Amino acid sequence: MLRVSPTTVLGDRVSDTELALHLFVRNPHQFGGIILKGPGPVRDAMVAFAQEALAKRGPVARIPVNIDSERLLGGLDLSATLAAGRGVMRSGLLNDCSGGVVILPMAERIPRDIAAHIAQAMDGRKLAAILLDDSVDGDEAPPPVLTERIAFHCDMSELRQFDGAASPTALHSAALTDMQLVGLVNTASALGIGSARASIFAHKAAHAHAEFHGRAAANDDDLTAAVRLVLAPRATQFPPDAPPEPESDPPPDQPDSDPGDDEERQVEDMDLEDILLEAAAAAIPKNILDQINGTAKGKGKGQAGRSGQKQKSAQRGRPLGARPGVPGHGRKLALIDSLRAAAPWQSMRRAAAAANDLRKIHIRKSDLRVRHYEQRRESLTIFAVDASGSSALSRLAEAKGAVEMMLAQAYVKRSQVALIAFRQNGAEILLPPTRSLTRARRALAALPGGGGTPLAAGLQAAQHMAETAMRGGQTPTIAILTDGKANVRTDGTANRELAMAEAQQAAKSLAQSGVQCIVIDISPRPRVEAAELAEALNGRYLPLPQAQSTAMVAAIESIGG
Amino acid sequence: MGNFPFSAIVGQDEMKRALLIAAVDARIGGVMIFGDRGTGKSTAARALAATLPPISVVEGCRFNCAPDARDDCPDPCTSKKAHKMSVPFVDLPLGSTEDRVLGTLDLERALAHGEKQFEPGLLAKAHRGFLYIDEINLLEDHVVDLLLDVAASGQNLVERDGLSIRHPARFVLVGSGNPEEGELRPQLLDRFGLSVEVKTPETVEDRVEIMKRCDAHEQNPSVFAEIWKEEDAKVLRRIAKAKAGITKVHTPDSILTDTATLCKAVGADGLRGELTVMRGARALAALEGKKTVTRAHLKSIAPLALRHRLRRNVLDETGSTVRIERALEECFG
Repeated sequence: MLRVSPTTVLGDRVSDTELALHLFVRNPHQFGGIILKGPGPVRDAMVAFAQEALAKRGPVARIPVNIDSERLLGGLDLSATLAAGRGVMRSGLLNDCSGGVVILPMAERIPRDIAAHIAQAMDGRKLAAILLDDSVDGDEAPPPVLTERIAFHCDMSELRQFDGAASPTALHSAALTDMQLVGLVNTASALGIGSARASIFAHKAAHAHAEFHGRAAANDDDLTAAVRLVLAPRATQFPPDAPPEPESDPPPDQPDSDPGDDEERQVEDMDLEDILLEAAAAAIPKNILDQINGTAKGKGKGQAGRSGQKQKSAQRGRPLGARPGVPGHGRKLALIDSLRAAAPWQSMRRAAAAANDLRKIHIRKSDLRVRHYEQRRESLTIFAVDASGSSALSRLAEAKGAVEMMLAQAYVKRSQVALIAFRQNGAEILLPPTRSLTRARRALAALPGGGGTPLAAGLQAAQHMAETAMRGGQTPTIAILTDGKANVRTDGTANRELAMAEAQQAAKSLAQSGVQCIVIDISPRPRVEAAELAEALNGRYLPLPQAQSTAMVAAIESIGG
Repeated sequence: MGNFPFSAIVGQDEMKRALLIAAVDARIGGVMIFGDRGTGKSTAARALAATLPPISVVEGCRFNCAPDARDDCPDPCTSKKAHKMSVPFVDLPLGSTEDRVLGTLDLERALAHGEKQFEPGLLAKAHRGFLYIDEINLLEDHVVDLLLDVAASGQNLVERDGLSIRHPARFVLVGSGNPEEGELRPQLLDRFGLSVEVKTPETVEDRVEIMKRCDAHEQNPSVFAEIWKEEDAKVLRRIAKAKAGITKVHTPDSILTDTATLCKAVGADGLRGELTVMRGARALAALEGKKTVTRAHLKSIAPLALRHRLRRNVLDETGSTVRIERALEECFG
């Protein structure tokens, strides 16, 4: 039987990213777009190549991350209107780019309202997008509403060169066979990909790949390419290592064909899936792999990280409109509202004005309006929970209760909660910042206990999360539930003294970052270690031998607000 | 590119049923669709709007007034002529400002002529059609508040910018969102008539079929539409018949008692649940061409009408659907 290993499929010269770029450029709207992650000269070369190729067929525009929705969607052009004395409309960028491609630099920072408008334009199939993702792993990610609609997600960190070679001639190739479609579907479900968009993109990619290589019909190479390019980067679970024997026990998501199915076909079927899964396994980005192996442990969906990061973007204050006032001192002129206020008086003022006063528009100081927002920053409470053997399991249960209670209140306050557990030899983010009860419950159910106390690792993880949150405009508060007795170092080795020293150091670093902290001592008899930790953190110390969730919540709220 | 035909959507029967019910009886109060991305939520809503027969609109009217119902129009709306337009489908994106949604002072007129005139917003555009909001759980709260208020009253009342305007805005509100990405406030959820949970189709056949149909649609939308024309026409006839017949559907007292018993058993707060179950069951009966509401209708509508109204217990992990099914089992065996 023919075994195609992923490396031979890869080809000698053309990297996957390059391949994706070629497929995308040939038919941008079919694939929605391409995400190029990781800055560098190679990416610049690729963008330049794509820009040149695409500009021949339609508009191509760069959209800066700080664009406002007015420029995006169009509207009244104020300066032109004032100059002309009649309404002058300006068309928005999205409209200008209709039928073309937009390039979005710093895609990981796109505000979600801007992303939503772009996604809407993409849904109409009139717009494709090139996302330039500069995020560092695990920190931020482009909004899912866009990534979902884009076929190719390329990590370029290992790419060294791009020659932009001319592509082979294309040819019309036949539709994929049912067996090939089944192969793609089964691969998608083995990788834990639910979205129908992903399979549809994979289908198109396989077909386009066949045409790209001038084949009359798609073969295994085309399917593996589609799996590598489209499905692997979306994997939320790792495919089973060894696909089961065809005879013994067919996997549940095998086609429900009647049992008397042709034996030979069945075997061939398995071969195709073997090949596809192997290709997928080889192409799943390493960081996703870590995520899957580290947290999912066979349950739950690995999607957690993505949507969690999205939640991070701070809620803008509720705009309360404009109020009369003179700009300055940090107050911004609300131009439109000022003009609105002046508008009804124009004819009267014009009549009253001197004959030589040729101003088109008469504005008085009393017309001026300034912007006014309700200032409410979103808050994030990070629970760093000591899940080691020294913290009894019952306390863990109380900590879980406290997190759930805070979440229930988050309904009203629109604040977020995150959970980090530290035990054995490291810290683990069990719950990225979220408001979702559904996810919180799942994460909490998975909180295991036992092992040593890597306090420093826990503090570092909490600090990292808090700083990310601050960059996103949130106000973080950290609640550390521990007895303060560290005995595992950050490198995972056990050494009480060094571990304590490291914890002290981590605490000081955290204190310097200016995040509000509270140490909740959950040991049965409060000891000096936790109090010392609180002191190093410059935070509050709360001995809570019973660790009741209600008292805990009250205490955290008193410092977090 | 043409729309995807409604009847060509693979599976997702519950979502399709809920949308049909909302199309038959607009008073049901909107449909909330929960589910992952890429499960055909917006495709279905858009497809249904495109399937419905064109509506007749007074010529020149900016508020989509029907020729026989123009009394509420804030504009003069006097034209004798009418023209046909397809049922409006307005896609309200995140980040829409209040101005854009409600409508605002027409700046152009104000600046150029010093006139105070109202410029209709998205709500006016959606009148007599569908208003679809993707990721409603991420929409800013104050926008959601005003949307639900308008959806419930059927009128948009603008009292700002020195304007005082009232115009009709009756539409089927369709919200969608993924609870994994943030919750919708319970009091807002309650305002939606029906809620459905969509899942990725599990069988390989369905998923392959989805790929094939999407491909066929993209290759040649008009040929694809032709294939499904007959099926779509059938759906259309069902809706038209149900709309005409719904007033004649009889709801026996025993069904009302059953409804009350069920709502009490699951602990659905407020009266909205009961009313929605009743209306939904009636619309369902009408869609099936039946003259009387039966317990089967009640059973099939109950999860849609009630699952988002159950009081949340933070520590109870049982899903709402399961709780309703259990109650159905207990009440009616």
